[in-house]
Amino acid sequence: MAEIRNYTLNFGPQHPAAHGVLRLVLELDGEVVERADPHIGLLHRGTEKLAETRTWAQSVPYMDRLDYCSMMCNEHAYCLAVEKLLGIEAPERARYIRTMFDEITRILNHLMGIGSHGLDIGAMTIILYTFREREDLMDAYEAVCGARMHAAYYRPGGVYRDLPDTMPKYQPSRFKNEKTLGRLNAAREGSLLDFLEDFTERFPKCCDEYETLLTENRIWKQRTVGIGVVSPERALALGFTGPMLRGSGVAWDLRKKQPYAAYDKVDFDIPVGKNGDCYDRYLCRMAEMRESNRIIRQCIAWLRENPGPVIVDDHKVAPPRREKMKAHMEELIHHFKLFSEGIHVPEGEVYAAIEHPKGEFGVYAISDGANKPYRIKLRSPGFPHLAAMDELARGHMIADVVALIGTMDLVFGDIDR
Amino acid sequence: MSAKLERLSQSLRKILGERMKSLAVDRGEVTIETVASDYFEIARILRDHADLCFEQLIDLSGVDYSACHGRQPGKRFASVAHLLSITHNWRLRLRVFAGNDDFPVLDSVCELWPSANWYEREAFDLYGILYSGHTDLRRILTDYGFVGHPLRKDFPVSGHVEMCYDEEAGRVAYQPVTIEPRENTPRIVREASYGDAGHG
Repeated sequence: MAEIRNYTLNFGPQHPAAHGVLRLVLELDGEVVERADPHIGLLHRGTEKLAETRTWAQSVPYMDRLDYCSMMCNEHAYCLAVEKLLGIEAPERARYIRTMFDEITRILNHLMGIGSHGLDIGAMTIILYTFREREDLMDAYEAVCGARMHAAYYRPGGVYRDLPDTMPKYQPSRFKNEKTLGRLNAAREGSLLDFLEDFTERFPKCCDEYETLLTENRIWKQRTVGIGVVSPERALALGFTGPMLRGSGVAWDLRKKQPYAAYDKVDFDIPVGKNGDCYDRYLCRMAEMRESNRIIRQCIAWLRENPGPVIVDDHKVAPPRREKMKAHMEELIHHFKLFSEGIHVPEGEVYAAIEHPKGEFGVYAISDGANKPYRIKLRSPGFPHLAAMDELARGHMIADVVALIGTMDLVFGDIDR
Repeated sequence: MSAKLERLSQSLRKILGERMKSLAVDRGEVTIETVASDYFEIARILRDHADLCFEQLIDLSGVDYSACHGRQPGKRFASVAHLLSITHNWRLRLRVFAGNDDFPVLDSVCELWPSANWYEREAFDLYGILYSGHTDLRRILTDYGFVGHPLRKDFPVSGHVEMCYDEEAGRVAYQPVTIEPRENTPRIVREASYGDAGHG
């Protein structure tokens, strides 16, 4: 009989299933993984170091580029940290807007996560369906801040501006006739809230479509059931958060346990898994999207009823209104000082965490009283998840490693920072 | 201070007592500081004691205090851990300063919380803090063969070397950086009442 030796396989850094730039060194015995050693840092941009050299407000757009699948959630944690240091709180309307956009972001992220997870392990169709709805939500992003991904919409003290009254519409071109335009623009006649309300009415149906593609799909189940099982104790010890922890049956959600923004005023449930395998985590994410949809609906209803300011009225934190700045000396000075020197944040240190779609995203900020942070540490949820790759992959087949990468919902922007 | 924070700080005082160097409650967060020799033991108590029960190490990061404005002279490198208790739903910040500024060494808490593994590798990579007892203390975020610890305050933002393609050798090579570091907005610490009416 031929002698079989272990051999080492280099997975990535450029691999279509690596979700970016992950290099995995796999020690294999035949097809079975004996050891997995992830090499990260290929996307390291030194965000934490850069933040030390920028004013507090200038770092907001950097946060978008961390986890580039859930942009506004990253900003949210950062803004909460700055607000906590300043000892201010965003106005109620801003908190509702943040809640709504956090949930939009959660749907965006899970659609990306589930779609690409399916794509990685052989379910091609699902990503085409999920990207259809992502498009609508991206339009909502665009309507509110002008950018489809890197929003910079949340600011310390609130949000940049109030929700727009009109939605951008499709324009006629030689590819779109009147009939197509009418269909595409049907939901875009009213305000952003009308558009989102229309979306929330359609979305549960879309979720059903995704479920018909995956939930009972035999191949999908063969690839995910019983793969990467984590016990609740182990999940806690490994620092898991978010769907990775809830998939193992621990009902822990910061939105419920340590509420921020307006989460204590909306009604939703926390879906929890049972077996702690890839399939349960998929079901958790699926159920979370339906819950997010519920939250968005409640936020829309509240936002329609309650107009008000969306950013604090403190010109040492938030810029004055443009008309005032043009007409009054005092406001002009404030505007100039704010944009040249920045916000002065009192001395201290805080840790602000939010329930990011992938888990707990935290910002540990130290200020020494200057206009720039002394130290910013970004706690990304994917980092401890990927650290557990070795433990999860051991004893599984090499093809299951791809399923594990998918279930962790890895995005290298926030792991490498 | 909320009742919960009060309860947490009382338990900490009762259980850890003298072994804490300090306990501070600020902006709704509890921070304790300990000396390096007690660090591992305190971490173990924090995890295992039923009244504290910190099952999760959420975050661990290095901090370089050498350029901190208005700070009393003291040790330079600290390791700051953020702990979370699912049972009691509270958080704690645990800070420990390394004894030697030139050769900072601390105990590793990987044994207690496996999640510390990569966090300690990261703190080693970015700050050069060594964790004794860590089984696999390699660099994690920086390039293979990187020299220096980039988040130290004496490390320039633009770094020391840059990468380029060497035509003659036909491979990627390092060369000293060619860009000048620049600071568009200077770092300023203003006095407390700066900008208020009557204070210029």
